[in-house]
Amino acid sequence: MEGIGIWGVPLAIFAGAIRVSTPFIFVSLGESITERSGRINLGLEGTLVFGAMTAYAIAVMSGSPWLGVLAAMATGAIFGLIHGFICKFPKVNDIAIGIAMMQFGLGLAFFLGKPFIQPVAPRLPSIPLGGWSDIPQVQSALNINVLFVIGGLLAVALWWAFKNTRLGLILRVVGDSSDAARAMGLNPDTVRLFATAVGGSLAAVGGAYLSLYYPGSWNEGISSGQGLMAVALVIFARWNPIGCFLAALLFGGAGALGPALQSVGVTQGYYLFYAAPYVLTLAILVATSSPSRSLAGAPGALSITK
Amino acid sequence: MTKLLPMNRRSFLQTTAVGAAALGLSPSLFSATAAAQTALTVGFIYVGPKDDYGYNQAHAEGAAVIKAMAGVTVVEEENVPETVDVQKTMESMINLDGATLVFPTSFGYFDPHMLAMAEKYPDVQFRHCGGLWQEGKNPMNTGSYFGYIGQGQYLNGITAGYASKSKKIGFVAAKPIPQVLQNINSFLLGARSVDPAITCQVIFTGEWSLAVKEAEATNALIDQGADVITCHVDSPKVVVETAAGRGAFVCGYHANQSPLAPEKYLTGAEWAWGNVYTDFVKKAQAGEKLGNFVRGGLKDGFVKMSPLGPAVSAEARTKFDTTLAEMMKGTFSVFKGPIKDNKGGDAVTASQVLAEDAIELESMAYLVEGVVGSTS
Amino acid sequence: MTIEANTSALPPLSAQTGNLRPMLEWLARRAEPLVISLGAILAGLALFSVVIVVIGKSPADLFKLMYTGGFGSWFSIQNSLSRAAPLLLTALCVALPARLGLVIIGGEGAVVLGGVAAAAIALPFIGSAPPIIVLPLMALAGMLMGGLWIGAVGMLRHYRGVNETIASLLMAYIAIALMNHFIEGPLRDPASLNKPSTAPLPAEYMLGNIPGMDVNWGLAIGVVACIISFILIEATSFGFAARIAGGNVRAAQIQGLPVGRLIVGFAAIAGSFAGLAGMVEVAAVQGSANASLAAGYGYTGILVAFLARHNPLAIIPVAILLGGIDASGGLIQRRMDLPDATVLVLQGTLFVVILLCETFYGRFKIFNPDLWKRTA
Repeated sequence: MEGIGIWGVPLAIFAGAIRVSTPFIFVSLGESITERSGRINLGLEGTLVFGAMTAYAIAVMSGSPWLGVLAAMATGAIFGLIHGFICKFPKVNDIAIGIAMMQFGLGLAFFLGKPFIQPVAPRLPSIPLGGWSDIPQVQSALNINVLFVIGGLLAVALWWAFKNTRLGLILRVVGDSSDAARAMGLNPDTVRLFATAVGGSLAAVGGAYLSLYYPGSWNEGISSGQGLMAVALVIFARWNPIGCFLAALLFGGAGALGPALQSVGVTQGYYLFYAAPYVLTLAILVATSSPSRSLAGAPGALSITK
Repeated sequence: MTKLLPMNRRSFLQTTAVGAAALGLSPSLFSATAAAQTALTVGFIYVGPKDDYGYNQAHAEGAAVIKAMAGVTVVEEENVPETVDVQKTMESMINLDGATLVFPTSFGYFDPHMLAMAEKYPDVQFRHCGGLWQEGKNPMNTGSYFGYIGQGQYLNGITAGYASKSKKIGFVAAKPIPQVLQNINSFLLGARSVDPAITCQVIFTGEWSLAVKEAEATNALIDQGADVITCHVDSPKVVVETAAGRGAFVCGYHANQSPLAPEKYLTGAEWAWGNVYTDFVKKAQAGEKLGNFVRGGLKDGFVKMSPLGPAVSAEARTKFDTTLAEMMKGTFSVFKGPIKDNKGGDAVTASQVLAEDAIELESMAYLVEGVVGSTS
Repeated sequence: MTIEANTSALPPLSAQTGNLRPMLEWLARRAEPLVISLGAILAGLALFSVVIVVIGKSPADLFKLMYTGGFGSWFSIQNSLSRAAPLLLTALCVALPARLGLVIIGGEGAVVLGGVAAAAIALPFIGSAPPIIVLPLMALAGMLMGGLWIGAVGMLRHYRGVNETIASLLMAYIAIALMNHFIEGPLRDPASLNKPSTAPLPAEYMLGNIPGMDVNWGLAIGVVACIISFILIEATSFGFAARIAGGNVRAAQIQGLPVGRLIVGFAAIAGSFAGLAGMVEVAAVQGSANASLAAGYGYTGILVAFLARHNPLAIIPVAILLGGIDASGGLIQRRMDLPDATVLVLQGTLFVVILLCETFYGRFKIFNPDLWKRTA
């Protein structure tokens, strides 16, 4: 394989955006559903890691990575249900429960995951879209995982559904005001319970991607805070699913910058390049925020924006 | 007698009195009263999970070897950070388990953590992996041990040199510290002994364990044309699997990763800590003085090579074997002048021949000519 | 969060039961958080026992070990206190802004940069100025750095409308990158070979232990900081204004309270405590600034603050409880062959249950004298 020199940088950003972003996409889409309902689940990092472990373990035992993804979704939903159930009691702080559930999810994943560090699990398949090019680097960059495609479609579907479906309307009404929801005969707690469960199960898919595709391995350091960061990206994306998708791409692409620059010989101060995704996100956040209005698109009942 | 007074887990639990006695008693006195000179409790502390397919697993495998020895109780703790936590873990092993020999296995445990505990517990022996114990400066009940694994990386480089078609090889490294730099340089020098035109691209990830970034670094190296990859991070699993997945050859590190990529794995530089720990424990049981500055390489059984993989050519195999034979005789030197560094300066002067135990190598701060990368 | 506020208002019933009633009422109100927390802890332990039984181990053994490891002896108590010390300061970094309704989760950033600033400012003075000057200077530098860092989060929040939760988290990652850059670049001591660090503090410049204890001064500093914070919130007009602003920003603005200054001020004070934690880590534990500063104290502090319901005094017992669980973790690993994650599961279970039990506040008549029967 020939090197592709400086072209490696844009290619790496492009490929990195696709490779690295998928966990962010799923966690932030899931969280956008939960937050639209007026509740915040800060514990998705725990759900993500537990999902990664479950998916890997089930894939090892059954030989089928897709069965692993399904199992992860189920456990993610259970984590979401627990969060949603606990938070419906009065005086219980959803942010605090999220942090505690994160600890619980991480702990349980590490606890149960010990026997699965060594075995090798079958990987999720990818779709080779790069056949038109005869440059192997491009072919590799265009080996796109099915989950990434699903994530993209899901973002569009959710964006449409929030606006145009009855379920979307219910979610938004509950998210904006519990009283208004009750006046419409809706039970806000039930809606939030299911919104949190769906959010959890999507977050777990993000974990399954980590352990079954990229980097494709289960160990205790598999996540470097993707779940926590993705929750933050939802606020960044203003609760808009397509925004979540784009924010995840931006974040993934910026994350690929550090290694790619080193590979073409820009080697000084690499820690600063590694901080690029965070600096970039913060800069955009500062540039697009405004003190005079509350965050556009923010669900009114959300505790974090009050 | 050992059966009557097993210094193991449960007996301490049952009677707090025994635990309390151990607290006040000097450990050497305690083993003397136990009359069985062989009864020995050894503590192992790991900085990460002990089954990481890498650094910590290599130590845990060593600990497992001495676990099987008669009269030895092993107590282990994993995921211990290099903070006050590790100090308290050592103390807890000494106070509550009666450990009299402690192996803190991560580099960052040495100063100030292990040194502070050594001062506080002069009757306990501490042996640290990777540190530079210095007589007169460090307490006599401490010491350091390490393996000259650079020669292993040189052998990795030989197989890489033969396997590479693009004449570009890649190295995923955690941080630019002497131990890592020496491995990078040795890897390239090994490859250049096959073909002096080969270059090695290095990417530093900045952390000892960061799965996604290690995978990204591997991909970036391969995108730039590298077709043999090795690494120095705590857990090489991700690098090995990612590289093999992209069709590149890999050389392993720390432990044997060939099951992860049976077709693409050339060979690997592994630790053989079982030998080192067995030696320490035998000496402790016999009441002999433990070494304070223990070092060894391939010929001393501190380091070993993974079996050569199916992709290693016959030619490569021959060169690998003859070089290994020379190393086993102790006459081989990786850093034989003249060697330039990659900024054009002299790394090793023409007249210098640095043996593997040369102290200069332990403070290496340069990358040799042909390595693409920077130390800061 | 408003429990303390109504304790001072005694109901006008006291005359009927003579002298006893006010005391009972006082007791009842104080007992509520204690009884509910204890009940929650017991429930959490019971739930955790189920997990332990399921995997075939004895919960009784486990709890006995936890007691031994966390609080069973003077050594264990000191072990727990040592681990609790940094959490006192990092929890304040969450609890103080929470009084204003801000959720700041990036205290880790202030810890690491506070540590780097403290280590950096000491460099030119080592040897030329006495510790009595250098140590306060270090503390000041750490606090200033941490205060600026989290104060900036407050400024972004108030003047730019940037969400403080996400800003502080992003800035924590940036802070860790900056720390790594400085300790491996401009501030690196060339003699720190395999663990890049700033130049080490000589022993006489170290903060040392509290006399008679094997716990460093960080514990005392943390306790004092908690008490000062309590007074700040409960007994000063600054704290009173913050509580109003935390309840309703608009109402506070209408009343002419300087909301912006309150937000920035509280964030800065909070950050300076986290920065101080970094300084203590450098001056009392590590002896230099290095990557071990990012040990997660900032993140654990979030948990402590929420469990303590953002009450600075309650932070003290919660941090000690957490330290105790942490301290016993090693013993559980060693004696019961359970993975290190066992304590994480226990902590998670406990915290979920404790937070769930928040819902019981105000539900029990016995704790609410206003609902007591008017019997003589």
